[in-house]
Amino acid sequence: MLSYVGLSLLVLLSAMEAATVERVEYDYYKYHTMPEITKWMAQVEKDNPGVVTIVEYGQTYEKRVIRLLKIGLNTGEKKKAIWMDCGIHAREWIAPAFCQYFVRQILQAHKTDPKMQEMIRNMDFYVTPVLNMDGYIYSWKDNTTRLWRKNRSPGPPDCDSYGTDLNRNFDANWGTLGVSFNCSSETYCGSQAVSEPEAQAVTYFVGSRKDDFLCFLTIHSYGQLLLVPYGHPNFTAPNYKELMEVGLGAADAIRSVHGKNYTVGTSPDVLYANSGSSRDWARFQGIPYSYTFELRDKGTFGFQLPQDQIQPTCEEAYSGALHIITYAHDKTFNGAVATAAATLWTMLLTVGVTSTTLM
Amino acid sequence: MSLRIIVVLAVLTGISGSPSVTVGPEADSADMRAHPNSVPETAEKTEILGQQEVIVQEKVEENVMATGELNINHYPARRAAQVVQHYLNTRYGSPYRLLQLHKIHRGNAEDVADSERKYELEISVQELMGNTTGNCSAEILFPRGERQHSPQVQASCEELLKINTKAQEEALYQQYKMNSGLLSAQNLPDSYGHIEPDMKPFWHLGIVAASFVMLNESSENTLYNMAQVANITQLATENDQLKFDCHILLHEMVSQEIIHWKLLFTWSPPDGVKVLQMEQLPHRHEGEKPPNTN
Repeated sequence: MLSYVGLSLLVLLSAMEAATVERVEYDYYKYHTMPEITKWMAQVEKDNPGVVTIVEYGQTYEKRVIRLLKIGLNTGEKKKAIWMDCGIHAREWIAPAFCQYFVRQILQAHKTDPKMQEMIRNMDFYVTPVLNMDGYIYSWKDNTTRLWRKNRSPGPPDCDSYGTDLNRNFDANWGTLGVSFNCSSETYCGSQAVSEPEAQAVTYFVGSRKDDFLCFLTIHSYGQLLLVPYGHPNFTAPNYKELMEVGLGAADAIRSVHGKNYTVGTSPDVLYANSGSSRDWARFQGIPYSYTFELRDKGTFGFQLPQDQIQPTCEEAYSGALHIITYAHDKTFNGAVATAAATLWTMLLTVGVTSTTLM
Repeated sequence: MSLRIIVVLAVLTGISGSPSVTVGPEADSADMRAHPNSVPETAEKTEILGQQEVIVQEKVEENVMATGELNINHYPARRAAQVVQHYLNTRYGSPYRLLQLHKIHRGNAEDVADSERKYELEISVQELMGNTTGNCSAEILFPRGERQHSPQVQASCEELLKINTKAQEEALYQQYKMNSGLLSAQNLPDSYGHIEPDMKPFWHLGIVAASFVMLNESSENTLYNMAQVANITQLATENDQLKFDCHILLHEMVSQEIIHWKLLFTWSPPDGVKVLQMEQLPHRHEGEKPPNTN
């Protein structure tokens, strides 16, 4: 018995030492290639046993495995969840950078911040650093491919260019507004709703767990916007007022970090009408807090945001995302109210018992 | 008294106790107000969507344009203000001066005459290099329907051009006037958003030249930004003007398209940027499929 304990302790200590000695600090403030990101994901899983698991949940057109990081303490129970995806559009490099930063941040906060500990206990975070892997890899190919947006599926046989706009391909008023049926167009919505394997992966994974999800955050650039459902002007989310209120709170949180203004509203109000977006699909599934984040900047550098802006952009976006996530968590778990009620009950019972004894 | 407290507590605990409250769509709240700006084009079709009965208006095409006092956060004011930005850069932009829309304070739009739309905006504009801001009043006239001409802009700004760029402009001009080693640069910015400090003035020049195109091409249905100077090549100095040939990439936000333009332009400190020729290049099918693929 004692030797077993001793052996376990030895194994644990050497594992800890190995983890700290081998790690080369990952630079979160540089853009990374897909292989680097894949390697990073494996490292994060390895460094955080019991908290982080890689989940493979689909395949791209070019047959790459789509992976996410599931972050949460295993309580043995079915848990509520937060969804975050980045890189649905290939050229928006700041988005995958943010997903990586977000993961690092919540894992770090989890070590010291009681609030984050509570949230990781109560909820699972599902983070996909790069959804459109084929597109992202293509955008790294050379100078002429940097501004690629869509995925890399070939489209209909008579089409002479590649790619479907994944954020027009979801089953949410598909093919109605803000799309093109021209396969060469940047907003080509595909041959039918969810025709694309990347969109299918999200639809199946989230769809089969839709009642678990509290938040669906999809990260894009550029424009400095927080978009609430729906992209179609004739549809209003049942909790539109709440979405706006929480969104405005998130924008306040963002502004307090580096002074940047993010405009909050529906896409048809503040940007343009569109259909088939993942955010809209998520809201239609009943996921209450669905937002599109459009990160920096406002057009000066656009998609090619300088690397020296990665850190401040991630810091402010984290603040915004955390505001929404915390709101969703607190509303669901009613922590404060339950504690107050419990305290009152205890007090009353004590008083009751005391007065009965005295009488 | 104590009984009342117990009842209150019981109710409170009942409401707050369970952590598995489902926050889902309110099935009875068919909160389906039509957006004030949309006009249904085709016959309505009723569709059952989950638990909500929803009226789907398919193919909503032509939006009724926003009129009257504009919401400063909504896209009509934003798009019109962007046009003012392009206009100001054509007038005042230089290798050391670029103007960017900072905030929209007020906006108004109205139909004018038969076929035009007039916007009146109060905005503030920022000088990128100096970080200073100034207020501007602007009027933008968009042609309606079939586009006959580019938008017409009038703007007056207070306290713009605060920073004196004369010395820097003159130094750059003298350096490149002598044709000893004509400038040639590509990918400003590069894939990582990087621009060599020496090349920044030429990136700025590219933006200024691009502003002429963006101004010309703008409508109420577009939002243009310059994505990149793919190539800028200096040609021999002519009439005391530095002369450049450049290939620029524009990003049009509403269509999300990247549009290629070739520009021939001149610049000198006293005369600013003048565009001699502009030509749109055909839609580049990056990743065009090779022929005879199965």
